[in-house]
Amino acid sequence: MSENLIKPENLVYKKTDAMTDRVLHYCPGCGHGTAHRILAEVIDEMGIQNETIGVAPVGCSVLAYYYFNVDMQEAAHGRAPAVATGIKRVFPEKYVFTYQGDGDLAAIGTAETLHACNRGENILIVFINNGIYGMTGGQMAPTTLAGMKSSTSPFGRDIKTMGSPLKMTELVAQLPGTYFVTRQAVHKPGNVRKTKRAIKKAMEYQKLNKGTCFVEIVSNCPSNWKMTPVQSNKWMEENMFPYYPLGDIKVPEEK
Amino acid sequence: MKELRLMKGNEALAEAAIRAGADAYFGYPITPQSEVIEYLMANRPEDRTGMVVLQAESEIAAINMVYGAAGCGKKAITTSSSPGISLKQEGLSYIAGAELPCVVANVVRGGPGLGTIQPSQSDYFQSVKGGGHGDYKLIVLAPNSVQEIVDFTRLAFELAFKYRNPVMIQSDGIIGQMMEKVELFEQIPRVEPDYDWATLGRKNGKPATFITSLQLQAEEQEKVNLRLQAKYREVEKNEVRYETYKCDDAEYLLTAFGSCARITRKAMEMARDKGYKVGLLRPQTLYPFPVDAFNKLAEQVKGILSVEMNAGQMIEDVKLAVNGKTKVEHFGRFGGMIPSPDEILNALEQKIIGG
Repeated sequence: MSENLIKPENLVYKKTDAMTDRVLHYCPGCGHGTAHRILAEVIDEMGIQNETIGVAPVGCSVLAYYYFNVDMQEAAHGRAPAVATGIKRVFPEKYVFTYQGDGDLAAIGTAETLHACNRGENILIVFINNGIYGMTGGQMAPTTLAGMKSSTSPFGRDIKTMGSPLKMTELVAQLPGTYFVTRQAVHKPGNVRKTKRAIKKAMEYQKLNKGTCFVEIVSNCPSNWKMTPVQSNKWMEENMFPYYPLGDIKVPEEK
Repeated sequence: MKELRLMKGNEALAEAAIRAGADAYFGYPITPQSEVIEYLMANRPEDRTGMVVLQAESEIAAINMVYGAAGCGKKAITTSSSPGISLKQEGLSYIAGAELPCVVANVVRGGPGLGTIQPSQSDYFQSVKGGGHGDYKLIVLAPNSVQEIVDFTRLAFELAFKYRNPVMIQSDGIIGQMMEKVELFEQIPRVEPDYDWATLGRKNGKPATFITSLQLQAEEQEKVNLRLQAKYREVEKNEVRYETYKCDDAEYLLTAFGSCARITRKAMEMARDKGYKVGLLRPQTLYPFPVDAFNKLAEQVKGILSVEMNAGQMIEDVKLAVNGKTKVEHFGRFGGMIPSPDEILNALEQKIIGG
């Protein structure tokens, strides 16, 4: 109905075809919805909906295959980069991405992540880092900040016994197999635009067969941080960004 | 024209995978099966057929690469030996749950733990009864020769795609390492997948395809399980394979699978020489198990000796099959030890004939 009311020249925003009509299950204020949306917009804008195969993780975005209107496979916890390797090796012409949280990518899937990056698999890895296990109810993640409380670090993460939060993005940037490594956020319009540009670049690079592209999105978890969405974004800026600074970490050398 | 070669079991498996039109192999080295990936790397199947061969960082990664490729409708295979197969159980459960076709070979060695690199059959329970979590079944083929390694590798891909189910080839350190004359089948061309269940990239106008083993609603997950169980009943109806030797007049029955069946056959012949009417039933499929064949022979024989290179695993299925109709005993050597025909004959005389 609304389509009839709005003249095409006045249309400033429309639903992207690369997302389905299913209602997202994410909590109010969570960054996943925005991250999904911009990845879908990139797929849409590049016109690669029929050429893209995604891999969903285990974690809050376990049902990502309900939302992306592209062919997808659901991987076991942490195994998405291995599954994506299997897909890309048999379908080298397809665009392949994984979408993973910090528990999935930086804890149980560390080996799969590092080795996929080290082999330089020509895939895009989207890494959502909110410093906590969301789906299972707020347990400590490898990325949980020092002193940060969670249900399994109720007195705050003690780095003497639990080690320091793992900077996976800096780690994979050291590997010759990665081509483009960046850390972004989606909590403000400016950041959303930057992140979308980064994802688009990463998708386009996939055709060059130059190696793995890795986009971390530092995000929030209002429910498990036990904050309002606005508070959580402020907390993220004040606490997460100093430890996980935003910006490109590895960019291809310009000719 | 027949193509005959003298080949090691592991190499024959690798060659058969290429010829079966496999699209991808993902594996990790482990004794006594490393020849599979070594043969593949040396033979450059990417040049012969376009088949992908990749050495993964772990058994876990390898089986998940298989998941990804199988989800694309491709013929994917991985191989390992017991400790490595344990690591693959997570992936096997997901593959069975997502109903993807794939082939896995286990060149079994003695356990538990790191165990030994010598041959064993102690992974029978793991292969046949599940291994990973949840109610699922692998179709399990048990070759007893290098020739059957080749034939079953081809068959395994056929069954995997027929039922969209993982198929396990349960070999062991003997079959994997020994050399025998083998007749190879001609190259089967690789095919471009065109399945509605596979992630091939969205077709214009069609809804997206997704592959998952997740159902958040219990009612839906029960439906998945019911569908799987219906499939397993079909497998049990259609795919039972076994061989019998001298069972027509048998008063006593020996049963064994894989390499152990060859030793047991020798014991059977020695028993015949001594005047005992002994037959041998060799299951070629461990799942589905030849229940009817055992049940029928149970009416005829005075006892069954299940000879296994383990502490007694297949004997449980034999007992279930004969359902108390006749005596069933076990004889085994394990931990990498191989029984001799004399030992088996002795056990047969003591436990079944004289017992």
